[in-house]
Amino acid sequence: MTLIDFNSILPVILLVVWALVMLLLDVWFGKRVPLLTPVMAVAGLVLSLAASLYQIGQQASAFNGMIRVDGFSIFLNNLFALSGIVAIGLGYDYLKRVGISEGEYYVLLLFSISGMMLMGSAGDLIIVFLSLELLSIPLYVLAGIDHKRDASREASLKYFLLGTMASAFVLFGIAFVYGAAGTTSLYGITEAVSQGKVQQFLLICGSALLLAGFGFKVAAVPFHSWTPDVYHGSPSSVTAFMSVGAKAAGFAALIRVFSLNFTAIAIELTPLFWVLSALTMIVGNVVAVAQTNLKRMLAYSSIAHAGYILMAFVGFGDAAVRQNSIASALFYLAAYALTSLGAWSVLVAVEQQDGSGNEISDLAGLGKTAPSLAAAMVVFMLSFTGIPLTLGFWGKFYLFRTAIEGGFTYLAVAGLLTSLVSVFYYLRVVVKMYFQPGEALAHKGRLTSLIATILAILVVGLAFVPGYLFNLAAAGLIAGA
Amino acid sequence: MFPVIYPIILAVILFSLGVAGVLLRKNAIVILMSLELMFNAANLVFITFANYHQNLDGQVFIIFIMVTAAAEVAVGLALIVNIFRAKKTISIDEMHSLKG
Repeated sequence: MTLIDFNSILPVILLVVWALVMLLLDVWFGKRVPLLTPVMAVAGLVLSLAASLYQIGQQASAFNGMIRVDGFSIFLNNLFALSGIVAIGLGYDYLKRVGISEGEYYVLLLFSISGMMLMGSAGDLIIVFLSLELLSIPLYVLAGIDHKRDASREASLKYFLLGTMASAFVLFGIAFVYGAAGTTSLYGITEAVSQGKVQQFLLICGSALLLAGFGFKVAAVPFHSWTPDVYHGSPSSVTAFMSVGAKAAGFAALIRVFSLNFTAIAIELTPLFWVLSALTMIVGNVVAVAQTNLKRMLAYSSIAHAGYILMAFVGFGDAAVRQNSIASALFYLAAYALTSLGAWSVLVAVEQQDGSGNEISDLAGLGKTAPSLAAAMVVFMLSFTGIPLTLGFWGKFYLFRTAIEGGFTYLAVAGLLTSLVSVFYYLRVVVKMYFQPGEALAHKGRLTSLIATILAILVVGLAFVPGYLFNLAAAGLIAGA
Repeated sequence: MFPVIYPIILAVILFSLGVAGVLLRKNAIVILMSLELMFNAANLVFITFANYHQNLDGQVFIIFIMVTAAAEVAVGLALIVNIFRAKKTISIDEMHSLKG
């Protein structure tokens, strides 16, 4: 292993080694010093974040092209590390309240994040598959970490069975792509494609299977059926992380693999993406209207947002808009991450010890009993909807602009109309909180309220400097795409 | 040389059987076996193309797949045991505490 190899994988290696050490320390001292594991987990993520910030501006290829460091991987690494820190903060309060005392929670979280980071910097289909497993397997366990509750147990088994099926689809797809090009290196495949040395039919089969597999991971319709159940059954702090991390990692793989390898067959794939994106937006938003449970509503909303992000990517075959579409997808991912983590943190604060309290009607009166939480929730709902003065608005603005630039005006119109539908269910939450009498119970977990407040301030604050964040996202180039 | 198409057709059939098993069977263990079938169908495709292209990428990939599949089965069986302890059944029809 050369120094370049070591440097390029530093954020991941730090995280993995740190998590292993934590596992030991938790066994030895975990019972006596309960704060040790969460604090160490945050420290590990901060270190990893520092390593990834240190990489900014670098471009490298390591381990014989297996690992790629470029703007894309660095942007995503930072996103994963930050959302991991938030998830640990949320988890600390929540686990104490519902009586889960497992220190493995933090260790598994770190392993999962290391998988996500690896996914962002994958330069080879082997790494894509391995990191997919590395991020998924800890998440299956995390979904069931509240193993005394039926809902959590079932959620984990459902997630496991359907997630593994998705992995098998990815694998079968990779096998066909390998058959078409004779190599598993992403850049090697690009080269083979440009030299016309590939079997077109095998490549199309492989890409369709990969699309189905990644579609599961990002929860695109018609591969979304696991999402509401798993989001509903898992402990809320886990869902908060899952809704951001797993989705962003799925998109990382989708964007990198497709924009590098499958631009030559984009003519065949674009209609598929078009239908997938439109279906996801429509089904996600329309079904969300009918939900009475806040967790399920947010699950369908996360499906709908996957549809919006896919919209950016419909025109990936067009070299003129490709960089813009990657940038706007990354921007939307960041905006979505902040908003979604925020909304789930409010949910963590109102959830009761026995797992109840997450019906929308349970929020009645929250505006009086917990004004700051309610105000934060208003910000998140407006941002999800895409109302100006929130980050969500700029996210949608850039997405729609990219879609229209790429010539997909109807898709942008569909996005606009489904956003109008979404106003209904997001604002229903606001109406419940402020205009209906009730005694909503919010827990006084200071950390959770603090996180919700900080995220709300970020969602509003960053909306005043969207260009800054967009430039960061636009620096998230994939080398060679 | 041995025609590539035969093992590929076999792999596609195995993969389809796996998908059908996951979607139709009710016993969690049988579903897990169907998933393994899907993984091994992919292995067959890899080994076929590794032979066809005369390089080792595909064979290396299979080693990784076998290791991760083992890890996956370990986690999956643990989850199933956890459910079995509480419910005394592993039929996925009995899992309806989540509506959906």
